[in-house]
Amino acid sequence: MSRPVQYNNKVKFHGIPEGYMGEGFMATSFEKVISLARKNSIWPLPFATSCCGIEFMATMASHYDLARFGSERVSFSPRQCDLLMVMGTIAKKMGPVLRQVYLQMAEPRWVLSMGACACSGGIFDTYSVLQGIDQIIPVDVYIPGCPPRPEAVLDGFMKVQELVQNEGLRRRYSDRYKDLMASYGIQ
Amino acid sequence: MALTNETIKLRLTEKFGELLTGWEEPYGMLTFSGDKEINLKVITFLQEDEELRFRFLTDICAVHYPDNKGAELAVVYHLHNLSDNVRIRFKVFTDINKPDVYSATALYASANWMERETYDFYGVNFVGHPNLIRVLNVDEMTYFPMRKEFPLEDQTRIDKDDEMFGR
Repeated sequence: MSRPVQYNNKVKFHGIPEGYMGEGFMATSFEKVISLARKNSIWPLPFATSCCGIEFMATMASHYDLARFGSERVSFSPRQCDLLMVMGTIAKKMGPVLRQVYLQMAEPRWVLSMGACACSGGIFDTYSVLQGIDQIIPVDVYIPGCPPRPEAVLDGFMKVQELVQNEGLRRRYSDRYKDLMASYGIQ
Repeated sequence: MALTNETIKLRLTEKFGELLTGWEEPYGMLTFSGDKEINLKVITFLQEDEELRFRFLTDICAVHYPDNKGAELAVVYHLHNLSDNVRIRFKVFTDINKPDVYSATALYASANWMERETYDFYGVNFVGHPNLIRVLNVDEMTYFPMRKEFPLEDQTRIDKDDEMFGR
């Protein structure tokens, strides 16, 4: 006798993208398929420097389980990652290091800034701390909080997923994007 | 016989006489100051004297007293006699417009890092230091952040206006 599933019975499947379907085939736009794949396999690179990093560990661990969003593989190699998660106070001396990590990532790349310190310098309004990482690299999603709870991190992560899904394949070649990069001095 | 503060004071006064001033013992720790020109002589004596044997340099730091005109910067040496477990503090004062103090790197190798840090934050120019460059702050920094004329807040940020944040 099979045992009925008691938990996790609200499993949600991603819908099939719009397209023309028939027996044994489906035609849809390349962009939709690639966006769907990208969205559900974001590899994060945690750049954790302080207490927000601890919250991230909780987010990553089994209770909150970031892997549900296709991010099982937390990589510490910038070359293989899609999402740079900056968590914690970034001192001015750390700035060039963070920038270097960002530059080493391959396009398309996204940046998530977690917590008050990474977003704005937080309580460290002082000579040694970078007043927000958006001074040196472009940021896609900001998560407020000091530190944010894992729920907030997941929410921010889902916002990134939304961006990834809705970003056209050509965005990174647009003049607007190039101008943004140029404003940060990045080629 | 354990080394007492009185013995240390006596030995130093025998050797340097009136050159050492400001004797005090806050919380039992002997503290005194001297002219910045004789700082190395005093430290060498403390280190080499068979009775005193202050052979461990715990810390070098600086203090900025903006109201103390002509002697705004104090450089404080914390010395430790490991055999008798006695600590003392020795201060020298210098003019902030000409913050030259002789480097103690020849006496204590650990002074190298400490003097760099003190230079980094207070701009004390340690004469004779082999590599007096910034160690903790970013190299591009153009000022000495722990001096009192610089407010704690980052003056480069533009997103906080004075009205809202009372700056």
